[in-house]
Amino acid sequence: MAYNERVVDHYENPRNVGSLDKSDEGVGTGLVGAPACGDVMKLQIQVSPDGIIEDAKFKTFGCGSAIASSSLVTEWVKGKTLDEAIEIKNTHIAEHLALPPVKIHCSVLAEDAIKAAVADYRAKHVGVSGDANAEHAETVDAAE
Amino acid sequence: MVENVTGANINLPIYLDYQATTPLDPRVLEVMMPYLTDNFGNPHSRSHSFGWEAEEGVEKAREQVASLIGANPKEIVFTSGATESNNLAIKGVGEFYKDRRNHIITVVTEHKCVLDTCRHLEQEGFRITYLPVQKNGLLDLDKLREAISDETVLVSVMAVNNEIGVIQPIAEIGAICREHGAFFHTDAAQAVGKIPLDVNEMNIDLMSISGHKLYGPKGIGVLYVRRKPRVRLKAMINGGGQERGMRSGTLAPMLCVGIGEACAIAQKDMGSDNERIRSLSNRLAKGLEDTLPDIFLNGDAEQRYPGNINYSFAFVEGESLMMGIKDLAVSSGSACTSSSLEPSYVLRAIGVEEDLAHTSLRIGIGRFTTEAEIDYSVATLKAHVSKLREMSPLWEMAQEGIDIKSIEWSDH
Repeated sequence: MAYNERVVDHYENPRNVGSLDKSDEGVGTGLVGAPACGDVMKLQIQVSPDGIIEDAKFKTFGCGSAIASSSLVTEWVKGKTLDEAIEIKNTHIAEHLALPPVKIHCSVLAEDAIKAAVADYRAKHVGVSGDANAEHAETVDAAE
Repeated sequence: MVENVTGANINLPIYLDYQATTPLDPRVLEVMMPYLTDNFGNPHSRSHSFGWEAEEGVEKAREQVASLIGANPKEIVFTSGATESNNLAIKGVGEFYKDRRNHIITVVTEHKCVLDTCRHLEQEGFRITYLPVQKNGLLDLDKLREAISDETVLVSVMAVNNEIGVIQPIAEIGAICREHGAFFHTDAAQAVGKIPLDVNEMNIDLMSISGHKLYGPKGIGVLYVRRKPRVRLKAMINGGGQERGMRSGTLAPMLCVGIGEACAIAQKDMGSDNERIRSLSNRLAKGLEDTLPDIFLNGDAEQRYPGNINYSFAFVEGESLMMGIKDLAVSSGSACTSSSLEPSYVLRAIGVEEDLAHTSLRIGIGRFTTEAEIDYSVATLKAHVSKLREMSPLWEMAQEGIDIKSIEWSDH
């Protein structure tokens, strides 16, 4: 199978690989996927007190398209507000990376990872800011 | 051409997929060439020298194939490949004897062309038993003894598995079949020319062989069909009655002489080939196991063909690994390489858990693999497995002592 050059670029030079301290109050962690399905993504966001995503890190177990999707979204979420970040749709990711139909689930997982990270951050700050009504994405937290 | 650390030159990419196909041995090509040019005759033409020469080549090839497996040349039927041989053996015997016996036994880790043929017969009203294998990939003979009866017409068990390389206990299976009056067919596409096989010592009644898995040409195979006691089968291709009526159609002499010569070379070189391949296989295994933790060999460690090595590299997904090691032509047991998202059915049948099945690679070593290529491959695999583990959330959890099985993963 031939890969799109953007997928190859993200695979060979992944952006923002790593971990943030998941117990930090300013960090939201999303862990989505399952080992049995061949894809697990961990996406972490560092959020400033005024609600801007300042930094993002990822680790992914999965095919090249899954690695590229998660690497890409770490770039896209930086500088966005939480509300802006959860507006990122899998279709944008799939289109940017020219994913074939069998790889669309990788972009879905990346979208889920953003929502899970935002939901985790918001759960840590319920009642603190105006974010009490944060939606709760279906997710699994590695810490639990 | 690149130079490795020892100064040896190697050509990239390195071919490590000998189970998918083998390169044509130059000695085989040399024997084939005249049949593509001057000796173009139809081997079934009886009235002139063009036909006689072609026939002579075909009959010599028949002897060469027969000699490798301890058969009589009259028991060799040329086909288009192992898929056709397997179809002809199973459907041919099944159809011929169906009024007397209609039960067939096979194994869940067989090649798709055996399993699919059995499914087809199942729809035609045959009773098929698909025996499980043990965790090491080998058939439990007691399971066969329980399943076989005087209803059983055929038992079909492969000699060497194409995905994990384990060698089934062929002689023991043959003895059990003989005791119960059932015919024994073995798909030996991955075994002929690689391990010693003797149809009489092992009580094999039908055997499928593939040309391109033993350094011969693609497009030709053989079905060995025993004459004493006689195995009869219903032909699938009707026509001029070639191949003793079991497989009509004009033979392709260049392909026949090709598989014949490939068998002759295999017979002559099997000992030295195997010694080299075993040593390269050990070198690869040692190189990987000494430095990479959490890698697991799939299939029995002893009862195996050493040129087929299947490893699970825990916490690293197989397709992403293959994308990294693009200089190494290997095959993955991971789902993502095919259009389905299921991991290999062979790995699942031997109880490899789904998460580990997604991390497996099959590395094939053969006649033309060199030591320098193995060293380069080990270094490449080490570098990329380590890099991908640094990127793997599962590896991170394992290092923190978190059991990934204790986590409630989402379904998707």
